[in-house]
Amino acid sequence: MIELSDYLILGAILFAISVAGIFINRKNVIILLMCVELMLLAVNMNFVAFSHFLGDTVGQVFVFFILTVAAAEAAIGLAILVVLFRSKRSINVEDMDALRG
Amino acid sequence: MQFDSNQLIPVLPEIYILSLACLVLVIDLFIKQENRIVTYGITQIGLLLAVAITVAVGQPQTQIIFDGSYIRDPMSDVLKVGIFVVSFLAFLYAKDYLRDRDLFKGEFYTLGLFAVLGMIIMVSANSFLTIYLGLELLALSMYALVAFNRDSQDGAEAAMKYFVLGALASGILLYGISMVYGMTGTIRFDELGGAIQKVGLDNVVLVFGLVFIVIGLSFKLGAVPFHMWVPDVYHGAPTAVTLFLGSAPKIAAFALAMRMLVDGMEPLVGQGGWQGWQGMLIVLAVLSMAIGNLIAIAQTNIKRMLAYSTISHVGFILLGILAGTKEGYTAAMFYTLVYALMSAGGFGIVIALSRRGFEAENLDDYKGLNQRNPWFAGMMLLLMFSMAGVPPTVGFFAKLFVLDAVVSVDLTWVALVGVFFSIIGAFYYIRIIKLMYFDKPSDESPLSMGVDTQVVLSLNGLSMLYLGLFPAGLLSICHTAIGG
Repeated sequence: MIELSDYLILGAILFAISVAGIFINRKNVIILLMCVELMLLAVNMNFVAFSHFLGDTVGQVFVFFILTVAAAEAAIGLAILVVLFRSKRSINVEDMDALRG
Repeated sequence: MQFDSNQLIPVLPEIYILSLACLVLVIDLFIKQENRIVTYGITQIGLLLAVAITVAVGQPQTQIIFDGSYIRDPMSDVLKVGIFVVSFLAFLYAKDYLRDRDLFKGEFYTLGLFAVLGMIIMVSANSFLTIYLGLELLALSMYALVAFNRDSQDGAEAAMKYFVLGALASGILLYGISMVYGMTGTIRFDELGGAIQKVGLDNVVLVFGLVFIVIGLSFKLGAVPFHMWVPDVYHGAPTAVTLFLGSAPKIAAFALAMRMLVDGMEPLVGQGGWQGWQGMLIVLAVLSMAIGNLIAIAQTNIKRMLAYSTISHVGFILLGILAGTKEGYTAAMFYTLVYALMSAGGFGIVIALSRRGFEAENLDDYKGLNQRNPWFAGMMLLLMFSMAGVPPTVGFFAKLFVLDAVVSVDLTWVALVGVFFSIIGAFYYIRIIKLMYFDKPSDESPLSMGVDTQVVLSLNGLSMLYLGLFPAGLLSICHTAIGG
């Protein structure tokens, strides 16, 4: 039998991987976008697990909303990426250094 | 559950703003570029009507509707009116700037109205789901607005940084929400307090969730150590967008903190200790006031300087909330409303000094402003004095009420830190006044702005003096709104 804590540990691992990905990654902006998606999926894992073990559907409804917002967010992120690439000709994280101080 | 059409009356402002945004989107399609002013006019008249609608549906009782996911109370009414007024100012100041730079497009107003919709949803949220949706609507519109000038490299870079850090903040916030939901079994703020008492205040997962929520919140507010996006975004975005981003969303961010921490999780305040959110906010507030004010001194770009000044003002707003008393919440609300007005005015002056092909972004561009235009130099003087907290401007009273609230809960040392850093902060505000009045202008060209901007900007500047001489009116509005 899979316990609630197993799901939470999986969620925590996914969350940690995505945060690490955002901070360690120095190469590619697309990887940042993937990490953001993974982070939201880690949250969804938590919500679904809690919802199941609480016997309450609110958590699953919440997941649907998160998935929808994540789709919109990915669309905007990619649109900004296109604008960035058009002006800088690069999607390297290290090249985003014009603004500092 | 039966659907009752009476439930639609308290949400009229939201329904109205949504319709307005859609209307502007459609009408804009059929307008030629030279008539773009019509889009602007509809948006502005629409925002003024929104104030009237909000006042009309406002009443002293609290209404909780839609199965507990939405709340209409005096605080939401006041904050909504504040958001509409400040957005009106922001759009008005932005008009000439956008027109001069060939950015005068309908999308600005559509995205702006959707951002306003997101803000008023946050203000009226009574569950984590509603507040999350409002927050994302605001954030997604703002990401697009920051990248609004597609030919600007800085704009694209700022938008990307804002997007990644904003999405990270949302993820952290949601992770915290999932834990609080898992422990309490509810996402409604009015039920959360009781559920937290039942679970016990020292439940590890609950406190863990609280930590994540406070981190997500401080990302959104721009409090140190989660502030790194603020200066870059303020600097890189077109000034018209910086103006909008730096004013009205602060009111929404205040509401976000109030709804989640106070309405939802007041039992976890941890009065007088370090285990609740009071302790966490003390750390954030002290760091924000210190780092914000110290780094602002080193800036030569006024947009960056005002960004660091925002960070320090956020520290003060947090100071009011962390007091954990009605008096503190009232002071924080007063501070937020005043700050939104000050910020709109300050960036309004930055926009007024810019013209086609020239951005008045450097502090040197303010040299000798008094000789070029004494009236607006005077307005900038009032705004800067107000930000620094010099009496008799309203900024002084805003700081005074917050400090008073903090002292009355025996956190005198935090109040002293606040005073210390606002004295340091006064240096860089007064440096601008020195540049305006005592230096020779490097550029003698007169200021060009429309009559509407001149009138409203003057009113905006004079309101600092008026509210400073008669702070009781706004204070009593905030007092009633918090219900003290």
